[in-house]
Amino acid sequence: MIKRPKKYSVFSLVKNALSYHENWQPAWRNPEIKKEYDAIIVGGGGHGLTTAYYLAKNHGIKNIAIVEKGWIGGGNTGRNTTIIRSNYLWDQSAAIYDHALKLWEGMSQELNYNVMFSQRGVMNVAHNLHDVRELKRRWNANRLNGIDCEWLSTAEVKKFCPVINTSPNIRYPVMGATLQRRAGTARHDAVAWGYARGADAMGVDIIQNCEVTGINMNNGNVTGIETTRGTINSKKIGVVSAGHSSVIAKMADIKLPLESRPLQALVSEPVKPIIDTVVMSNTIHAYVSQSDKGELVIGAGTDGYNSYSQRGGFNIVEDTIMAIVELFPLFSRMKMLRHWGGIVDICPDASPIISKTHINGLYFNCGWGTGGFKATPGSGWVFAHTIANDQPHALNAPFSINRFSSGELVDEHGAAAVAH
Amino acid sequence: MLLINCPYCGEREQEEFTCGGEAHIERPQNPPDLTDDQWADYLFLRQNIKGLQYERWNHAFGCRQWFNVARNTATDEILAVYNMGEKPPQLESNDPLTPCGEPPIGSGNFSTSKK
Repeated sequence: MIKRPKKYSVFSLVKNALSYHENWQPAWRNPEIKKEYDAIIVGGGGHGLTTAYYLAKNHGIKNIAIVEKGWIGGGNTGRNTTIIRSNYLWDQSAAIYDHALKLWEGMSQELNYNVMFSQRGVMNVAHNLHDVRELKRRWNANRLNGIDCEWLSTAEVKKFCPVINTSPNIRYPVMGATLQRRAGTARHDAVAWGYARGADAMGVDIIQNCEVTGINMNNGNVTGIETTRGTINSKKIGVVSAGHSSVIAKMADIKLPLESRPLQALVSEPVKPIIDTVVMSNTIHAYVSQSDKGELVIGAGTDGYNSYSQRGGFNIVEDTIMAIVELFPLFSRMKMLRHWGGIVDICPDASPIISKTHINGLYFNCGWGTGGFKATPGSGWVFAHTIANDQPHALNAPFSINRFSSGELVDEHGAAAVAH
Repeated sequence: MLLINCPYCGEREQEEFTCGGEAHIERPQNPPDLTDDQWADYLFLRQNIKGLQYERWNHAFGCRQWFNVARNTATDEILAVYNMGEKPPQLESNDPLTPCGEPPIGSGNFSTSKK
């Protein structure tokens, strides 16, 4: 057993400064695997960690293992563009994403871990009459659902974000924008580390470098999993493996309505503060914000074919950069520093699946596609409820896997920040 | 970016093509008799394979012909191109070593030790 620092504070910082910061303890244990757990979470990304955290915190189930094939936060949690917002069109989505946003607002305090949540606002820009109508419809829908949203005219857009090009002579001129001021960004790694530390402190075993190779079942009930580090038994298994959800589902002979595709992002060299909000444009497919390090964080699109290779086509990056440069001509000579891809699991209706399955004790939380980061705490909150009570929370009931048979789809293609 | 060998035009960049998804999904013979679950299976459920996948492509910005491609989705290697209506070729694919393991090429995630 290693010793964990109980609480981070200015005093622990000063104390450790005196020993040149050489005596900080790891934030979570590296535990021995037990034979049996009350629940196993497959996937140690943000959604898996929050699921375990809220299972322990809200439902008193503390004998939990999180199995992760790589390392904590090494998958899509460390590959996204860190944008958080809740301005979705439909009531079902608005409810779950806004629940998540409320949890973001108290997260650093709750976890005693600075996730650098910054409510700098997210602007969705309109470039033609259709965009204006569509975004105004979403603005009204948001207001009806109690979600803060404003409409900005072109002049107000320029005032809010002075570096944007509002010339009427560009190919896709800025004709206005919606603004959600409560939206913003957070440090993605810190979210994973904070929740891992919080879950570990409540007794959750975080098992890294442990890959699931099979799901054991008996008479329609799950009994455990096979992993590269042996068999682990449990009567409840929650799968939160994002891009690899179909791979895990296949082990239980389940077919999911998912397509796994590469989604790319890139960051520039760090520069002085230039853009203090998040700008998104669906029509020209660009979104950009600036990290606290000074890098521009730019999101590209998904490739048009299925792949698990964690790399996408250069043409996708090229298209995104073209759009960014049109909207922000002053970025045209910036150098890009890093560029990567993550594998996202996309549902036909661009909404997630947080659901029971026909196998007792097997639950899936997947299909977050290109926009799962913002939902991290809310997703774990409702998935923990689903696992603990064997029935969905009111917030995730509409996101059952059965909606593909019943036809009650939650079509959020329009509210994705950019089309994928 | 993939280089795809169109059976009609030869090797072209993937930008000229659109992918039509999983191949060999047959439209049900008797649509009125289908249950909702069978419709869901036909319309929405996909194998989403990691490894050898048979898929349809369209040379949208070229000859506009449809054809099939066998591709390893773990490495993006194109293994065969064959015409619509043909049976999928039997191929030895370089499947991942473990069900969700990482292949030797094509992936940035080498976290799992290989057997």
